[in-house]
Amino acid sequence: MSDPTVRVAERPDLLTAETSEGAQELLARTATSPAELGREVGSVVHLEGHGFDPSDVDIERHDDETMILNMGPSHPSTHGVLRIMIELDGEFILRAKPVIGYLHTGMEKTGEQLSFVQGGVNVTRMDYLSPVINELSYAMAIEKLLDLEVPERAVWIRMMMSELNRIASHLVWMATNGMDVGSTTMMIFGFRERELILAFFEKTAGLRMNLNYVRPGGVAADLPDGWQDDVTVICDTIEERSYEYDQLLTGQPIFRERMVGVAPITAEEALALSVTGPLLRSTGVAWDLRRTMPYLAYDEVDFDVIVGTYGDNFDRYAVRLNEIRESVRIVRQCVERMPAGDYRSQDPKVTPPPRARIGESMEALIHHFKLFTEGFHVPAGEVYSAVESPRGELGCYLVSDGGAKPYRLHVRGPSFVNLQAIPLLMRGGSMSDAITVISTVDPIMGEVDR
Amino acid sequence: MIELPAAAPADVIVAEARAADVGCFPRPDQYLDLVRAWHDDGFELCVDVCAVDYLEHPDREVPDGVTPTRFEVVTNLLSMSRRQRVRIRVQAGDEQPEVASLFSIYPGSEAMEREAFDLFGVVFSGHPDLTRILMPEDWEGHPLRKDYSVGRVPVQFKEAPGPR
Repeated sequence: MSDPTVRVAERPDLLTAETSEGAQELLARTATSPAELGREVGSVVHLEGHGFDPSDVDIERHDDETMILNMGPSHPSTHGVLRIMIELDGEFILRAKPVIGYLHTGMEKTGEQLSFVQGGVNVTRMDYLSPVINELSYAMAIEKLLDLEVPERAVWIRMMMSELNRIASHLVWMATNGMDVGSTTMMIFGFRERELILAFFEKTAGLRMNLNYVRPGGVAADLPDGWQDDVTVICDTIEERSYEYDQLLTGQPIFRERMVGVAPITAEEALALSVTGPLLRSTGVAWDLRRTMPYLAYDEVDFDVIVGTYGDNFDRYAVRLNEIRESVRIVRQCVERMPAGDYRSQDPKVTPPPRARIGESMEALIHHFKLFTEGFHVPAGEVYSAVESPRGELGCYLVSDGGAKPYRLHVRGPSFVNLQAIPLLMRGGSMSDAITVISTVDPIMGEVDR
Repeated sequence: MIELPAAAPADVIVAEARAADVGCFPRPDQYLDLVRAWHDDGFELCVDVCAVDYLEHPDREVPDGVTPTRFEVVTNLLSMSRRQRVRIRVQAGDEQPEVASLFSIYPGSEAMEREAFDLFGVVFSGHPDLTRILMPEDWEGHPLRKDYSVGRVPVQFKEAPGPR
């Protein structure tokens, strides 16, 4: 700043005038444009397109009677490195703004440097609670461009693993949400049950998290011997225990006090903010890509799309709890109906040969060498593939220029988009409700920042 | 093949790309009108806004009548009532890419446009808060551009730096 005698409090525009410092942050109201102010108080342009209501923006309090507070980036209840700037009037929130980017590691840029074969390792780390589903959307985009048929068994294995992953992810949500509202018991329960699923992942793919299990053309390995018993035990245990969670939380007065009627959102607002997943379904919109735009074999299995009514914290909890049960239903059907056959495509261009073939076949050796040095080439084109992740629509926009690496890899992270609902959900609530709002929006910072 | 809504600007080019993905190719000045027309036609959700830098492919394949530019802004819309997706690809310009912001139609495009601005330097006119979102505020350059090189960390015990 040129004149050190001018205090920033008097000239808030100086914050951004000469440096860009503070530009991402929540500024004083006088320094914020009306449209941005409207966003920070959670005013939504409605679908009819009238523009936001100016009375929503009008905050009667003077700037010096309110307090701008930082929550995060390192706060136990922000589920990672989420920073939310909040303007408080006493204990009540006038406006809020999520400030993100603390976990940005340039994964989209990294994706352009890795070949299609290697890329799975990269995308699996984006939403670290649902790695299988990340890989799935990436692999499906490649397969669309390659026009590659995936064997039926691979499709069903993918579906079963996705649903197990969805259960694991929702269990972590149950656990952390329990923690946020003061139930350490739920915290222990959620992680205890998730461990069963991670153990099965380890048995199948060799890793507990970040599996790189779904590969273009199929999956990395066939299911281990005796997998039916393992999965059945997981299903039985989790189904039974989901009723224990019900007993522990659903009717519990303290829990209900924090959840019921807190931070509601309407379907119109959710749609305008591009919100998807349990957050959207809690408002009563039955939009689940598994049902409405089926991929894999979801049109062949029997399950219900869970919807809420009021779009409040409690509905979001109820939707997720019941989705665990629906996923268990799908997994059981996968166990019953798992087809026999190949677990990956037999196209030698995308699938490495079995180890034993390399010693006896020249072609196998060449294919193996080509695949792990250069990778396979994907025809030029662009494609968008979307799957239903535990947090909403996970999209993968892939541009190929005909080479062995993606020309552009863009991931539409549901948490990144859902985060935009936070100002709306927080407004008017108390500081303690802000914690439950962050919790029920369920942002995964790895995916938000990529 | 998808039908353009009646309210759409007349000469928008529609092309069916590979893998049954339909793309519209409006000019930047038609972009906002086209999106509004889709929105009024029942496309409730703006799923995604992202940008692509085609620096290495200036003469890539586009439908007749479209002049390819270096930057392209790709918008994915979704109609829940019709269970349909539509993809809009705008040629945003070469040196100083700029398109209109969708904020007035879909407030949910806000964060995605900020991300495209941050990583590609595409300016979205009419955006309420066009600041960096993922990179630090004082960062120079736009990292996902193709002329922005990948950082290298010298690897110990190796002579030459690797490709990454």
